[in-house]
Amino acid sequence: MTGARAFPLWLPRRQHDALPGFGPGLALTLFWLGTMVVLPLAALIVRPWGEGLHSGMQAFGHAAHDGRMLSALGTSFGSALMGALADLVPGLLIAWALVRSDIPGRGLIDMVIELPFALPTAVVGITLATLYGPNGWIGGPLAHLGVHVAFTQSGIVLALMFVGLPFVVRTVAPVLRNLPRDVEEAAEILGASRVQIVTRVVLPALYPALVTAFGMAFARGIGEYGSVIFIAGNQPFHTEIAPLLIVIRLQEYDTQGATLIGLVLVAISLVSLAAIRLLQRHLSHGAG
Amino acid sequence: MVTKTRLTRRGLLQATLAGGAALALRPTRAWAATGLLNVSYDPTRELYQDIDRSFSRFWAEGHGGAPVQIRTSHGGSGAQARSVLEGAPADIVTLGLAYDIDILAQNGLLATNWQTRLPHNSTPFTSTIVFLVRKGNPKNIHDWPDLIRDGVQVITPNPKTSGGARWNYLAAWGWALNQPGGSADSARAYLKKLFTHVPVLDTGARGATNSFVQRGLGDVLLAWEDEALLATREIGPDQFDIVVPPVTILAEPPVAVVDRNAQAHGTTEIAQAYVQYLFSDAGQKIGAKHYFRPVTPAILAENRDRFPAVHTFDIASLGGWTKVQKEHFADGGIFDSIYTK
Amino acid sequence: MARFIFASAVYLLIGLIVILPVVLVFVMAFSHGLATALATFADPDALSAIRLTVIMTVLTVAINTVFGVMAAWTLSRFRFPGRGALIVLIELPLSVSPVVGGLVWLLVFGTQGWWGAALERWGYPVMFAPPGILLATVFVTFPYVTRTLMPVMIHNGREGEDAAVLLGAGLWQILWHVTLPGARLALLSGVLLTTARAMGEFGAVSVVSGHIPGLTETIPLHIETLYNGYQTVAAFTMAGLLAIMAMLVVTARTLIERRAGARGLIA
Repeated sequence: MTGARAFPLWLPRRQHDALPGFGPGLALTLFWLGTMVVLPLAALIVRPWGEGLHSGMQAFGHAAHDGRMLSALGTSFGSALMGALADLVPGLLIAWALVRSDIPGRGLIDMVIELPFALPTAVVGITLATLYGPNGWIGGPLAHLGVHVAFTQSGIVLALMFVGLPFVVRTVAPVLRNLPRDVEEAAEILGASRVQIVTRVVLPALYPALVTAFGMAFARGIGEYGSVIFIAGNQPFHTEIAPLLIVIRLQEYDTQGATLIGLVLVAISLVSLAAIRLLQRHLSHGAG
Repeated sequence: MVTKTRLTRRGLLQATLAGGAALALRPTRAWAATGLLNVSYDPTRELYQDIDRSFSRFWAEGHGGAPVQIRTSHGGSGAQARSVLEGAPADIVTLGLAYDIDILAQNGLLATNWQTRLPHNSTPFTSTIVFLVRKGNPKNIHDWPDLIRDGVQVITPNPKTSGGARWNYLAAWGWALNQPGGSADSARAYLKKLFTHVPVLDTGARGATNSFVQRGLGDVLLAWEDEALLATREIGPDQFDIVVPPVTILAEPPVAVVDRNAQAHGTTEIAQAYVQYLFSDAGQKIGAKHYFRPVTPAILAENRDRFPAVHTFDIASLGGWTKVQKEHFADGGIFDSIYTK
Repeated sequence: MARFIFASAVYLLIGLIVILPVVLVFVMAFSHGLATALATFADPDALSAIRLTVIMTVLTVAINTVFGVMAAWTLSRFRFPGRGALIVLIELPLSVSPVVGGLVWLLVFGTQGWWGAALERWGYPVMFAPPGILLATVFVTFPYVTRTLMPVMIHNGREGEDAAVLLGAGLWQILWHVTLPGARLALLSGVLLTTARAMGEFGAVSVVSGHIPGLTETIPLHIETLYNGYQTVAAFTMAGLLAIMAMLVVTARTLIERRAGARGLIA
């Protein structure tokens, strides 16, 4: 997760390329990409039309009216949105603690913050369900207050918050570290309060990083499976997420149905990523 | 010196990778030939653990002491059938209902007359669908109409993926259909109402039991009798009561040898011995011990205290699996229509 | 006072969100004493799950490292038409649901898929067998090495490599002696990310595995099986093992990043 500047799309132009290895390098890259990514994704795209164009169109038409599929996609989309949004404030707070504060235990926080990313999702799911279930350490007291987290949509959002948090911290922290302090100092000299400095100076500078972080957490969240299925109620029309519906469709021998949902899911994440890239371009233009 | 270490290290890495690749990419047939794979449904975990041990001893005695390794995998019945259909190397399937094995037969994995090859329609143990409720039955649930009372939450898995859930669904359907003045419409209305009381729809029977027993969800679990007995006697003694509804369905989970796989693995003989063992007295007794109703009358009689007489109807009275599957669980079937808003 | 509130908020967040679940895993694992927990590892199915996970992780890391390095080299050192598209394609698996990562292989190699039936006839089933698990794992961990390596390679520039070319070095010599030493920490970091993700992958593997104990169950799948079999202690013990493995990887990575960060190599 190197975050904000993951892949620079353009390189400075070089006239003479004396370096060897372009041929074999490109060949290996294309081979690797072709077999491991392009081939399977091509299967995903082609499969709905496997029995002819007409049958494919019919399947899409049918899917457009499949309320259960639409609501599963809605649940995934909405929960990923809420989870990623809910990650921003705690993520920012923890990033701030890591690079701007002197609270004890920063080294440890720096280390454990990546655990949600590295912990296997099934372990996360089982653990969160145990913790927030009606008999769990946190779920028990909450249930007495009438708040139910596990097996509701809040449970899904909670699980997605858990897996998304490291993305926010890891993306925001380096940008925060590299933020020049002199602007803040100038603002302070000009009599700005701490709150004003944070909301008027620091936050605007962090917007692009926050948008990137949000995008990564969202993209991860919309397809997340292992950590969610144990804590979601998996009830059609309420707490059933799209990846689970793919699995269910497969188990019902409905490969075409599963493929369609998979295709829509991939399309949603691609469109969201493109939208985020646009928003980012807009933000960095706005910032000058 | 430096170069030397580097070379050795590289050599070591290469050796590890080659070894790993050889291990990982070895065809599964080579594995399967050393033993037997039984692909089973959800609530049989404890049963087949016991059967496998006992059969392995039995087989070793008759065949020069060579023990046989039997593996059993578990999951929702439909899901398990699909994985066999997609290539899981099962020698034997012991699934929740006949239709899931029919699918395999339709795809050429075994003979279409598989159900006639063993006694009792290839069903070594039967079971039935009962209600598991919290201790003392606080919601006072005794019969099917009680399930759709206000404030009652029902746990049952997804009929599209779980065999047990299909039996649950059909038990409710059959009851509603046979009420005075009952019809397909009234039964459909009852089921529609019933499923609004279901807060969580797991993919397998075991997942549903976990939701009810370990996560404390719901007031009543529609369950296999064996699963309910297991829960009351072993997992949570004094936490649950079993309620046997006045009318319920006779559940018949069948078994079969997957001819094509067994032939490919060279395990036909032992696979057949395994399924026949289930009908032997030893097999029947192990079934009874794990709360499955034996089909051998004498052994059922020995366990009368465990298995009270129940009033049941069977799947044939609803028209058989092919008809039921098409009407209820196929895409656009009755189950879909009750689950559409 | 403000500082105190801030610190407590951070501790509370970290404790509640990150630490508590991990603590729960170990509390549950040892709830019936150490001996019961350790008995988990006497089960041959558990050992076979551990073995399969290790093999799959090693192979995945090897494959994705070799190809990832080549991709990073090609993409960071040369300009060519379609370069941007390749980068987008490499990043793609990150935003694809793990379940889809398993499903796509089913479409290619499942019995009902493009080539599955033929392969199975020859005695090489791919799905519901270890090769399928490998494919699914490679897919979901595909971009990490390239992704961590490329920015650093671009940042390092190519002066050293140009000089090596003048001295008559070939591609492998350049990679081995110039490029990779300069990006050592980034490479390690990418490898560790791949390792962490590979050993814990659940969704993709669960679609293609068939869940056969002793044959095609990795540790995460075995945890699910144990959990569903009411073997809570064993399930959480295996989860604890996986959590320890994850923590080791995370610790190694943090230490590496800290060293690299001190030199401004990795943002």
